[in-house]
Amino acid sequence: MSGTYLGMPAFPTAVRASTKDTQLRANLTHATHTIRDKRAKAVAELDDWAQLREAGKDIKDQTLHHLDRYLLQLETQVTAAGGVVHWATDAAEANRIVADLVKAKGETEVVKVKSMATQEIGLNEALAAEGITAYETDLAELIVQLGDDLPSHILVPAIHKNRSEIRDIFIEAMGRWGRPAPDGLSDNPADLAEAARLHLREKFLRAKVAVSGANFMVAETGTLVVVESEGNGRMCLTLPETLISVVGIEKVIPTWQDLGVFLQLLPRSSTAERMNPYTSTWTGTTGGDGPAEFHLVLLDNGRTATLADEVGRQALRCIRCSACLNVCPVYERAGGHAYGSPYPGPIGAILTPQLRGIQSEVDASLPYASSLCGACYEVCPVAIDIPEVLVHLREQVADQGGKGHRLEAAAIRAAGWILGHPAVLAAGERAASKTRKLHPQKSPGPGIGPWTETRDLPEMPAEPFRDWWKKNRSPKEGR
Amino acid sequence: MRVALFATCVNDAVYPTTAIATVTLLERLGIEVDFPAEQTCCGQPQYNTGYRRETEPLVRRMGRAFAGYDYVVSPSGSCVAMVRDNYLRIGTKARTEGRGSELTEVAESLTPRTVELTEFLVDVLGVTDVGAYYPHTVTYHPSCHGLRTLGLGDRPRRLLEAVKGLELVELPGADECCGFGGTFAVKNPDVSAAMGTDKIRNAVSTGAEVLCGADNSCLMHLGGMLRRQDSPIRPLHIAEILATTQAEAHT
Repeated sequence: MSGTYLGMPAFPTAVRASTKDTQLRANLTHATHTIRDKRAKAVAELDDWAQLREAGKDIKDQTLHHLDRYLLQLETQVTAAGGVVHWATDAAEANRIVADLVKAKGETEVVKVKSMATQEIGLNEALAAEGITAYETDLAELIVQLGDDLPSHILVPAIHKNRSEIRDIFIEAMGRWGRPAPDGLSDNPADLAEAARLHLREKFLRAKVAVSGANFMVAETGTLVVVESEGNGRMCLTLPETLISVVGIEKVIPTWQDLGVFLQLLPRSSTAERMNPYTSTWTGTTGGDGPAEFHLVLLDNGRTATLADEVGRQALRCIRCSACLNVCPVYERAGGHAYGSPYPGPIGAILTPQLRGIQSEVDASLPYASSLCGACYEVCPVAIDIPEVLVHLREQVADQGGKGHRLEAAAIRAAGWILGHPAVLAAGERAASKTRKLHPQKSPGPGIGPWTETRDLPEMPAEPFRDWWKKNRSPKEGR
Repeated sequence: MRVALFATCVNDAVYPTTAIATVTLLERLGIEVDFPAEQTCCGQPQYNTGYRRETEPLVRRMGRAFAGYDYVVSPSGSCVAMVRDNYLRIGTKARTEGRGSELTEVAESLTPRTVELTEFLVDVLGVTDVGAYYPHTVTYHPSCHGLRTLGLGDRPRRLLEAVKGLELVELPGADECCGFGGTFAVKNPDVSAAMGTDKIRNAVSTGAEVLCGADNSCLMHLGGMLRRQDSPIRPLHIAEILATTQAEAHT
């Protein structure tokens, strides 16, 4: 890994290595199956899960429908509570705002609590270019950062690493970033956690500026919400003097009552817990307690364009629980890096091409990174019909044409003509049956080539069904 | 009751024995089946690959071919799911794009009448014991569209359990996709093969003689891998098991 998603190859190329990496496959299969089984149990505990899911979907849809109104209400409330709201249309603008805020404080370091939005905009790299070091404090994000790696899962960014690999990373890299790993560090999870705790504590106590994301923003009071498992987020949110939160505009919800729905849906779907260990809420600033200065950067970065797409907009309902990743057979084999974005798995396959557009090869390949098996839709706590959006985006990719799609379009048109003429189809089937002894089992030809690399082609029958029917059942008088 | 067989293009061209078995089975249960020769393909491969407008002539053809029948029965969950899950979407989009409401009318007419074979047997005919005899160990792969889009539930299982002589064994990870996914198998061959390999490993681990399914496209993918690997288990469509009686048991 080079620590950047830029220049990633298209999905089918990117997976070539990961599907053959037996260690990666074993790590991922073990982790995703454990989480998915636990999730199924946690969800089964609630009789009203279906209604909760429907409520979550409705709240998100209603909010997105009136997004402008709720965002303005949020801005008013955050400002009234002593915060400052910044609007960023794209990644460059958001990064600029954050870098300027940090520089205005005269600081060259920030601590961060895991935030998908800042991964999306490449904030760490942008800050580094301005001479500012960003320290990730979420344990898994820390592992990824120390390993000069990229996150490969929404909830468990280092899911692709096992504990002995993590120990090696700690021993190798911790010293370069701050407090070194303890001597003779084992790969016992408790020892690894203690090493991370000692390393991070120094960062928390020294930092003057923190950067966070948020899971939800409550419009009625201007309150931001982060749910997490480790408490490292809460350290970032409370200890530094200045807090900068970078949040996608789709994260707003109208009221605290609505929050009640999501605080049930999210933990059960993501970590399979009834309630997550730490839920932090913050509203502007409070004298003598917590940060003295609070900035909210509201990030668009392709969300308004996504909202304009009638079918695709449902992707904005996503609460980043990662349940879809954990059940996805494609994600399980491909690994998260192959998706070329901080949003891997089924949700990434529909969110990334919408946020970034489908011009690049990797983005155009993402809607096809699914067998449309529907497992993702089934587990999604806000009922995003991911297969529907995938097919919808495939249409846009096919319309755009480009590499691979010109030949494909010609083949589809030819097939369409044959399928429009049953007599031609019957003649073709008959010919295929008659020549069946001559068919090779491996074919280098385009289209069939990849098929026969791992599978035999089926043997053609002696006659197609429609000929059998004609002989045996038609005309009906003969019966 | 006027019943039409929608054989599907794959069964027509490659697996005629499945379509013949469907006819045999339905006739044995007293149903007069017709095969409208105008039928070709439901348009699923085109639609799922992103060629929605190219499926419109096929939707119209399906409407014409199956007009006037009470039920359109098909031994393929994914083709039935294409009709029931997507035809209305295709119609609605065509209408918004100014191509009239004909496709919507076709979709509204076909959707409630188009049923998968095991649905037809259990829900419409109300039978689970179809008088079949098949003295073999069988494991069942439910296939994603049948399982999730159509919600076939335990219907195929109940039918198989009622077959005399048949021993049904549990397939580990049954609800996971086999990796076929139409053009997915060609566009993402590495992931598709990895998924298929795991499915086959699970199937072989059951010790069953037969890997049964209700979708020949999944079985074509898995069967192709089984043959390449010289695996002992052979794929077979559920219709061919249900159509076999004691008198004609030859396998």
